[in-house]
Amino acid sequence: MERREWLLITFAATTTAMAMERLCWERGLPGRLIPVPGSLRAGCGLCWRAPVESRAALEALVTEEHLAVDGIYVRTM
Amino acid sequence: MIYLDNAATTVRKPPAVAEAVLSALGSFGNSGRGAYGEALDAGRCIYETRLLLGELFHCPAERVCFAPNSTAALNTAIAGLFAPGDHVISTDWEHNSVLRPLYRFRSQGGAVDFLPADRQGRLDWDALPFLLRREETKAVVCTHASNLTGDAVDLRRVGEFCRTHGLLLVVDASQTAGLLPIDMEEMGIDVLCFTGHKSLMGPQGTGGLCVGPGVEVRPLLTGGTGVQSYRETQPEEYPTRLEAGTLNGHGIAGLRAALRFRRELGRETILARELGLARRFYEQVRDIPGIRFYGDCEARERAPIVTLNLGDADSGAVADALWEGCQIAVRPGAHCAPRLHRALGTEEQGAVRFSWSWYSTEEETDAAAAALRALAEA
Repeated sequence: MERREWLLITFAATTTAMAMERLCWERGLPGRLIPVPGSLRAGCGLCWRAPVESRAALEALVTEEHLAVDGIYVRTM
Repeated sequence: MIYLDNAATTVRKPPAVAEAVLSALGSFGNSGRGAYGEALDAGRCIYETRLLLGELFHCPAERVCFAPNSTAALNTAIAGLFAPGDHVISTDWEHNSVLRPLYRFRSQGGAVDFLPADRQGRLDWDALPFLLRREETKAVVCTHASNLTGDAVDLRRVGEFCRTHGLLLVVDASQTAGLLPIDMEEMGIDVLCFTGHKSLMGPQGTGGLCVGPGVEVRPLLTGGTGVQSYRETQPEEYPTRLEAGTLNGHGIAGLRAALRFRRELGRETILARELGLARRFYEQVRDIPGIRFYGDCEARERAPIVTLNLGDADSGAVADALWEGCQIAVRPGAHCAPRLHRALGTEEQGAVRFSWSWYSTEEETDAAAAALRALAEA
């Protein structure tokens, strides 16, 4: 399995994860929902995985939409 | 069969509702319990349903919490907002889904006063300030429209009263969700409890409570949520806080289809049709000798309900004759609204309730009116 760096955004609630997915789809932002890696502490079992280059755009979205994010990480996986 | 018991549940639904439930039954995983397609599909559907409900009631989607029905939602709200020593104001119009949780609250050290209804079933809203008790009064809990008479509460007025006195406003919208205008923000509603299977035309087993910003409802149930697994207590975030256990994803898929259907038609269009049919019926039967109506059937803003009795005939006998003779389905007897029955003097007789939906027709309405007249004259 090829490993590379990913941006991971975790949430406190599933509803926020679903909101993230919907907003990213609407705005053409990259990424998808995956299970939270065991090494991360997160409330929700889902996290948004996206290329690290999209960090600025995704952080802007999170701020703009007041999404309740647990944390934003870069992890090799 | 002529179905005129839509205040109990809507039998005829948009075809897309059953299709959505069936499709979900064969495809949905458990929302929030995995990141594979089936679980995500369930999560997406549930989230979109929150968005649709949030749009309908003017509530943030993440504060739309699902429950099996209005009763569960009202129990959650009443048990989760108040504590022994608190005082709550309610009304004589309430259904047992409000009354019994309030009576239990009272038995646990709370206090409740009810705005009384007169012999015509009218509430004296001018008397509301006299029920206030200094620091103790925490909230007004009231229905949006009586399930017995269809009469509606002016929520803007009650909301204004609550704002002025720093009270929470908890509303039972079982008879009005998707029909009468409901704007939680503008009306100052703190908790709105709704069911999916009546005026919204979704499946039974769907409903919930919308919790306004800043309102803290303690969870009635705790348990699995798919999130924050290592906490010993229920997660604090809405809607998870009030949604322990697997949601009724299949039913919610049906509710989403119903909400889409309603949005396409428009609330005003639906209300105008349903009230128009109720009024059509009322106009045809109002001069039947000995008929007695309960509620103001001529009001412009009300639920599409006409409730009546024929002389001193038992309401059950009237309903049974309509069913046996004409296959007309209506609701007789006591309507889970004991305080209003007492006020109206219909404890023994009960009352016959006719109620309409989007799928009711003029022909059905006219046939019901003719059948009632024939019964009265027999």
